[in-house]
Amino acid sequence: MYDAPNPATEVGQQDIKITAKDVQVYYADTHAIKNVNVDIVDRAVTAFIGPSGCGKSTFLRCINRMNDTIDICRVEGDIRIDGDDIYDKRVDPVQLRAKVGMVFQKPNPFPKSIYDNVAYGPRIHGLAKNKADLDIIVERALRRAAIWDEVKDRLTAPGTGLSGGQQQRLCIARAIATEPEVLLMDEPCSALDPIATAQVEELIDELRRDYTVVIVTHSMQQAARVSQKTAFFHLGDLVEYGDTEQIFTNPKDERTERYVTGRIG
Amino acid sequence: MPVFWLVMIVLAIAIGGYILGRGRALAGAGGDSRHLHSLPNYYGSNVAIKAVAPAFLLMIVWLIAQPIFVSSQVAGDLPDGIVADGSSMSLVMAEVRRTAEGINAAVASGAMSPEMASSGRADISDFTTRLQDAGQIVTATITQPILNAAQSYRAMNATGNLLMTGLVLLLALGGTVWGLRESYPEFRARNVVEASVRALLIAAASIAILTTIGIVLSLIFNTIEFFRIYPASDFFGSMTWSPSFQGNSQLGIWPLLWGTLYISIIALLVAVPIGLFAAIYLSEYASKNVRAFAKPAIEVLAGIPTIVYGLFALLTVGPLLMGVFGNDGLGWMQSGTAVMTAGLVMGIMLIPFVSSLSDDIINAVPQAMRDGSYGLGATKSETIRQVVLPAALPGIVGAILLAASRAIGETMIVVLGAGAAARLSLNPFDAMTTVTAKIVSQLTGDSDFASPEALVAFALGMTLFIITLGLNVFALYIVRKYREQYE
Ligand SMILES: Nc1ncnc2c1ncn2[C@@H]1O[C@H](COP(=O)(O)OP(=O)(O)O)[C@@H](O)[C@H]1O
Ligand SMILES: [Mg+2]
Repeated sequence: MYDAPNPATEVGQQDIKITAKDVQVYYADTHAIKNVNVDIVDRAVTAFIGPSGCGKSTFLRCINRMNDTIDICRVEGDIRIDGDDIYDKRVDPVQLRAKVGMVFQKPNPFPKSIYDNVAYGPRIHGLAKNKADLDIIVERALRRAAIWDEVKDRLTAPGTGLSGGQQQRLCIARAIATEPEVLLMDEPCSALDPIATAQVEELIDELRRDYTVVIVTHSMQQAARVSQKTAFFHLGDLVEYGDTEQIFTNPKDERTERYVTGRIG
Repeated sequence: MPVFWLVMIVLAIAIGGYILGRGRALAGAGGDSRHLHSLPNYYGSNVAIKAVAPAFLLMIVWLIAQPIFVSSQVAGDLPDGIVADGSSMSLVMAEVRRTAEGINAAVASGAMSPEMASSGRADISDFTTRLQDAGQIVTATITQPILNAAQSYRAMNATGNLLMTGLVLLLALGGTVWGLRESYPEFRARNVVEASVRALLIAAASIAILTTIGIVLSLIFNTIEFFRIYPASDFFGSMTWSPSFQGNSQLGIWPLLWGTLYISIIALLVAVPIGLFAAIYLSEYASKNVRAFAKPAIEVLAGIPTIVYGLFALLTVGPLLMGVFGNDGLGWMQSGTAVMTAGLVMGIMLIPFVSSLSDDIINAVPQAMRDGSYGLGATKSETIRQVVLPAALPGIVGAILLAASRAIGETMIVVLGAGAAARLSLNPFDAMTTVTAKIVSQLTGDSDFASPEALVAFALGMTLFIITLGLNVFALYIVRKYREQYE
């Protein structure tokens, strides 16, 4: 079990957006996340790395309570965003997810037009008063996701007709359109080719000016390129958490070192 | 020799050939199957195929050709003028055949000696009594020409059968020898066997296709025949359906087509919402256990024969509706058989079609779509309404169209539930009838098969066929288009 000094103290003076304390996650009898404590910094990119099956996605899904949609999943512990317990009985997970956007591993645009994909969130949350308003929101989200120039002439075309990289940026635009504060990304580039990956990485770097970004990746180069903070998970434990540079150049835990040097996979 | 035994003997020859061929090939390779081109069993199969295939082919052709040949010979030998007024050649030939079969049975039961059976100078009255004693004959007395014809019919068939048996056995043995001569190690037995298997599969597929073509062609020819004696403009233009067997019928399709459409629409109005909601519940809300029980339970509905639904309409739903809308109630309904009765029951019949197909289609919508929607803060019902259903819509439309073509083709529920009156009315509590129900009643009467009143059934069938074919093609097109989306 991880019992190094509280990572929060290592983070220092930066603003903390998300705090997790003693988080346990079980899938029926499988103990998938074991006693994880972490403080995620506001307006920065935090990367979760670790071998597959170690619980990165599971922990990420705790932050927007997507695990609630899995019947057999049980979450214990305390997760706060801006100091508010998101597992409190009064919190509606549906409202929470509007505040904590999510981008998935495989681009999953809805079989609707590009416009309707982006307008989906604003519409269900009533963010636009009228059509002109909605147009502005859609355009802004597409611009933020660096895909506006590519799709501005074909907003009525189906989102499923875009290339993989464009689809993923469309999904990012879709997530941004609901004006979240936190953006969760679960291996957003694993289904993309290197050029599309580079575009999405550039976008992620842009996004940290306005959002708290948490990204799961199994590419250590990617974590090194886009993140400021890195958390290394292993078999459900959070082994080590710290500045990205420190994790990759001077890891404290032997398991982290073995992983970042490519000896556990 | 009965055909059954002939088949058995040929099969026995084939089995023998299989064993011999396999052994011969192995012996040729010095007992080591690695020196053979194919596995030993292929050599055996090669022999068996060569024994069976030509022999059976000849037998099938012979069995089809012989009766035709014999009949035409016998018919040609019949004296002129045997065909009485009001009768036909086919009726006379039927009598000849009946007599010949009677003689066969009488000989078999010992009531008549074989000599007498084929004697040209047999006494007709004696003959008749003996046949009647053996419980064989229907006509009062056999006439001399008929008896002669029957006797030559028997004789020719006997010779034919003997000849066939001989030739088939010869072919089987010849094929065996041919196959055995090929049972040497270099022979490519596997290729031959695989080609034969392929030929068999192609034959099966062709039979299915040819039958379909045959059915369609017979529909088309009879429809053309109908339009030759009844003007198409009346069929498609007249608003009355009143067949009368003295001729002078009015055979307008519209009252029937209207009945079909009206009943189908009511059925779909029942089946589509219920089926769709059931499908949504089952695929999105139901727990595993509920689903495991409820899905098969709904599908049982699809296995109930439609005649049972018809009974249900006639005995339960009709009286029930009468209680509310009949003369004791609102007074809209004259009798229990009505468009509404049939439509409601047919709707129940269609529920599993809609629900089961829609359920599969909703399940095929990737989980990633739902996750994407939940991840944006949508509720479950928003996700279903705005993501899952639109994504599944083309498939659901396909399911509905398939259900519609079932509704249009349905007969028994209509016969029992909707009445028999062909009329154009908007009142759903009136009795009406449909195209299918009228096809049944036109063909089950006593009318002459060549009259427009009977032939109209084919024109009706053709119309239905075109409508349901169109619906099915359209449905398949939509379903296929939808499938491409996620692959
Ligand atoms: N829906 C689920 N049902 C049951 N077990 C699950 C489910 N999702 C993940 N798990 C289990 O939880 C563990 C962590 O999985 P995950 O969080 O997906 O790992 P990672 O994203 O790091 O590859 C794995 O052992 C996995 O088998
Ligand atoms: Mg994962």
